[in-house]
Amino acid sequence: MSETDTFRAEIRAWLDGNCPPEMRLPVADEDDVCWGGRNPKFKNEAQKLWLDRCAAKGYTVPDWPVAYGGAGMTPAQAKIWREELGRIGGRSPLSSFGIWMLGPALLKFGTEEQKVHYLNPIARGEVRWCQGYSEPGSGSDLVSLQTYGDDQGDHWVVSGQKIWTSYADKADWIFCLVRTDKTNKYQGISFLLFDMTTPGVTTKPIKLISGNSPFCETFFDNVPVPKHQIVGELNRGWDVAKYLLGHEREMISGAGGADRLNTIGAMAHRHGGIDNPVLRAELALFDIDALAYGAMGEKFLDEAKVGKAHPAQPNMMKYAGTELNKRRHELLMAAGGSTALEWDSAETRGGAAPRGWLRTKANSIEGGTSEVMLNVVAKRILDLPGA
Amino acid sequence: MPLYHTEDQTMLADTVTGFIADEGAIKTQLRRLRDSNDTAGYDPKLWKQFAEMGLTGVLLSEADGGLGLGHVEAGIVLREIGRNLTPSPFLSTAVIGATALGAASDDVKGRYLPGIIAGETVLALALDEGPKHRPERVKLKAERAGNGFRLTGAKDFVLYGATADALIVAARTSGADSDADGITLFAVPHDAAGIGHNAVRLVDSSMASHVTFDGVQVDGSTVIGDVDGGRAMLDKVLNAGRIGAAAELNGVGGGAFAITTGYLKTRKQFGRLIGEFQALQHRAAHLYSELEIADAAVIKAQQLLDGGCEHAAVMVSVAKAKASLATNLAVREGVQMHGGVGMTDEFDIGLFMKRDRALAEFLGDASYHADRVATLSGY
Repeated sequence: MSETDTFRAEIRAWLDGNCPPEMRLPVADEDDVCWGGRNPKFKNEAQKLWLDRCAAKGYTVPDWPVAYGGAGMTPAQAKIWREELGRIGGRSPLSSFGIWMLGPALLKFGTEEQKVHYLNPIARGEVRWCQGYSEPGSGSDLVSLQTYGDDQGDHWVVSGQKIWTSYADKADWIFCLVRTDKTNKYQGISFLLFDMTTPGVTTKPIKLISGNSPFCETFFDNVPVPKHQIVGELNRGWDVAKYLLGHEREMISGAGGADRLNTIGAMAHRHGGIDNPVLRAELALFDIDALAYGAMGEKFLDEAKVGKAHPAQPNMMKYAGTELNKRRHELLMAAGGSTALEWDSAETRGGAAPRGWLRTKANSIEGGTSEVMLNVVAKRILDLPGA
Repeated sequence: MPLYHTEDQTMLADTVTGFIADEGAIKTQLRRLRDSNDTAGYDPKLWKQFAEMGLTGVLLSEADGGLGLGHVEAGIVLREIGRNLTPSPFLSTAVIGATALGAASDDVKGRYLPGIIAGETVLALALDEGPKHRPERVKLKAERAGNGFRLTGAKDFVLYGATADALIVAARTSGADSDADGITLFAVPHDAAGIGHNAVRLVDSSMASHVTFDGVQVDGSTVIGDVDGGRAMLDKVLNAGRIGAAAELNGVGGGAFAITTGYLKTRKQFGRLIGEFQALQHRAAHLYSELEIADAAVIKAQQLLDGGCEHAAVMVSVAKAKASLATNLAVREGVQMHGGVGMTDEFDIGLFMKRDRALAEFLGDASYHADRVATLSGY
């Protein structure tokens, strides 16, 4: 048996013995997603057990070093982990902006002390993070941000407002872009970390068209932030931010793909059939795009792990994946008919379909709009003039 | 297996890219053949060069004298054929023909394989009956007669049919036209009595035949695989041909995209390079994204086929459909972004559009494969 086969057999055996049956069911709604944090909300015992078991083995972040809470897997091993988890339909044990976004930035830009201090609780799901990027006047033009950190010797005093802060009201800590030099646009921003319970931090959920409030306005009123809580160099936070945005775009782009057993057509068929040839054709054409995009996601990940991917490729992925996800939900609404219009009935799990559909409209806005993504692709990948 | 080329495959790609760019260029192959009114549809000298590099035997086993490689490698060759619009019987012979012959008798293998490896033999697939690819229906009849079979019927869209040394023919040996069972594959020699060719030039300057079989007598050794049990073999041949066509399509799309973005960087209007206009930048970036995704679908399907995955057929159909949709967008945008010169014969972009059209149709267009994806997925 090759080393790979042995590893796969080990993972398979571990999953067989440790992944609770409840955690092998498809994610039906937001409660099925485990976010961890200081005050974690577990839907059931199985969800907690699954997180604890994975965290103990480093499987919440399989490819992070063991010293930071990971399992130290190679890219090939991490792929096997994902494949085997997928094979049993196992859920991700932990959803976390700490894992998807801050983690990669800390691994690249953090000091050894910061890595040990911040990454381990992220891996164990003990601290939940949010991202302070956008401001009311700084959306696509993010670098114009105004939130200011006033230098007070051993700390900054941060004041300003962030917006579209995902789950700010549930997060324990924030990673935040703060202007530390008003005279330099790009090289006047620093990447700061601070506790959301620090005096001066307040959050206010924003009610969206879906009726839900995953985003907040976040206000900083003279918030003290110690100097050692900076990631990377002073005034070079934009480099960290750009690097991290790449990961954010990867994360959002993951939504678009499909696998063979999970096509939208097969799903619609299970939910009462498709009795119209035009709808069937639309579903089939969508499934072609989704299955092809699934392969693209796999290829991109494989290439990124060995440095073969173009550094701007996440922008393409983000564009294609989010546009695809919006189309998926348009089709799900069409396939669902009037059932998919119900807004709060118990039978529809509180209008999961229409709320999910409306939620996807943000996909091509958050983390960089589709138009900005196309700008970046035109400039950095296609090298078109004057872009 | 990671979804990118191994070191060996990258080396092969480097070699093949240079070789086909040099020897298979649009000017010296496609345009020369077309403008001299050539009717073979390819340059035998170039086919010989393919053989000298071992490429004609890419899919044949080493025991049969080939390279013993897979669909990823065959796709590397096809992509460059597509990028250069090189007229070549590679797909019909080295991919489709070679896959079919894998199940043939030693007698038939002995008849054709050495010629394929030497670059002297060309095979053609005679499958479609009518203007659309509908392999579920096979009407051409093969009745037992003498020590073999007698074939009666007609086939269309037989690429390289008139110049091929043998035709791979799907025939009905029992049952009704649309039955899954009752199909048999034959390797019919080109000089068998009763074969009639009406060779026609297609929009992309390639040559295809309407072939009639008027009681064509063949002996039993020409049967490929099992009598009445040819459907599974036909599916295998079609998977190989479709993923090959998809790889070639991606080459066509990539080639069209390269000359189009090149044009955006040189053509000036309103005192600016037209590539500076955001309306064109966004369309070009969208097109890039579609072509990248099509590439990913193709390599995924190639790897699944090479790995013997039982579900490969779905991904093959996804890849063929996606490759033709993305490449179709590339050639349409290509002509439009070239403006008036895109309509001229002098510029190459129109040649890409023509090639895309023919390849998109070959072995099932996007609507055929969308229907197939839905059927295979259970809806």
